[in-house]
Amino acid sequence: MTGISRRKLLWGGLATTAGIAGLGVAARLAQKYGLIPPDHGGIYGPGETLNYAFQRLVARHSLAVEYPRSQISARPFPNEMAPPSEAFKRLQAGGFADWRLTIDGLVDRPAVFSLDQLRSYPRSSQITEVACEEGWSYVAEWTGVRLSHVLEIVGVQPQAKFLVYFSIEPDWWDSIDIDEAMHPQTFLTYAMNGNDLPVGNGGPLRLRVPRQLGYKSVKFITHLTLTDDIKKFGKGLGSGAPEAGYAWYAGI
Amino acid sequence: MSRLDSPLVEPAAIATSALATAASASISRHSALVRITHWIITLCFFALLLTGIEILISHPRFYWGETGNDLTKPLFQIPIPSSRNLVPTGYGYVLPDENGWSRSLHFQAAWLTVLTGLLYVIFGLISGHFRKNLFPKRADRSWRACWSAVLGHLRFKRPTEAEAWSYNLIQRLTYLVVIFVLFPLVIWTGLAMSPAFTAAFPSTVLLLGGRQTARTLHFFVSIALALFLFVHVVMIFLAGFWSRTRAMITGRAAAAKELA
Repeated sequence: MTGISRRKLLWGGLATTAGIAGLGVAARLAQKYGLIPPDHGGIYGPGETLNYAFQRLVARHSLAVEYPRSQISARPFPNEMAPPSEAFKRLQAGGFADWRLTIDGLVDRPAVFSLDQLRSYPRSSQITEVACEEGWSYVAEWTGVRLSHVLEIVGVQPQAKFLVYFSIEPDWWDSIDIDEAMHPQTFLTYAMNGNDLPVGNGGPLRLRVPRQLGYKSVKFITHLTLTDDIKKFGKGLGSGAPEAGYAWYAGI
Repeated sequence: MSRLDSPLVEPAAIATSALATAASASISRHSALVRITHWIITLCFFALLLTGIEILISHPRFYWGETGNDLTKPLFQIPIPSSRNLVPTGYGYVLPDENGWSRSLHFQAAWLTVLTGLLYVIFGLISGHFRKNLFPKRADRSWRACWSAVLGHLRFKRPTEAEAWSYNLIQRLTYLVVIFVLFPLVIWTGLAMSPAFTAAFPSTVLLLGGRQTARTLHFFVSIALALFLFVHVVMIFLAGFWSRTRAMITGRAAAAKELA
């Protein structure tokens, strides 16, 4: 009997030591390869970290599914009310000619862009699905300029780790890691299905992040900033979403 | 260690050992790994069920194909109020929105279920748990045996002493379907709703016929799993709640006396 229990004790001890050492190594590697999301704390931290790390390891460069033209939804669901602010109403009355996008932070040449300037850059289109965390979805053709193209114009500094983006709506902001920002399907979108992007779908300017759920594609974009320290923004959780109880990483 | 390898003792062996050692009143029923994984998955399943319902409430409409939203005709709609005001439910009020933590807990519990399930399946294959305890016994591998087992169940026939110590044919088939059909399906249909996962593995959603089909199937498979849970618990009550629950906690079941 004592032989068995001693053997069990030995194996148990070895397994525990290996487990703790393994966890330590895993945590170091995860930190090194950027597998830890900003909202990794709290009781749901392990799940959020697994979701994000799995995506980084398996889908880092994958392309979101694109659909044939025949699958474009007849009625793309406009789930947004126009921002009620006077500023937005004034811009809308002027056909958004005065809409401006500011890019600053860790860039060589901070700049301000008008919609016409963005339209003058190479146009890209993607027929992708917007999937809401609620469960509904629609497919549309999204047209705009690749965010990576605009980021090359301003010159992203190598230490930048996150892109933080802000809507004209107060307190509506989010962020993505630099890989997602440079991803070829991450667009500054100004048109949908061949027309100007309707306000109900986020017009005049929406950041499309098609490999994540709809709420990461923030509407009415006015400001982008690049940073190496996401903790400086809001409550340090990466976006307004975790502050409202939602995951920062929304690829699932 | 040896107990890990023989989760269920052969009925014949029990009959003799029970006779031989009337003093020791309990025998080995479930291995430690089966018991631990059973309770982890039980806990996760309740978390998944509760949060799944919360997520469903935010859009209680179901569609078929790739897309579906408030502007498209649903395949069917569950007649409950919603936690979001854009959904046309016919109710004049909106329920509290619990989607945020529900989604986080749903995925965390899903991870734990998948990892625990993998451990269980690997153990089941290596230890012979599936072969010995879940795959139908050689004598039962016929339609006639299936038929008589179904009839026996329909007549609520009490198991014989030997039968009570092992899973019968219907139990075996049900557990196999739950482990190798329903759980893989619910994981697959869940992953098919992830825009990042489908970017890496597009066939997961294309084979199913679209995101909304995946969501609808996820709902139906979840209902099948919930029904299994219901029947499972009812059967435990019929078979003796405390003896069965004790067996799944301590791994031991009272012998002879319990069977009489």
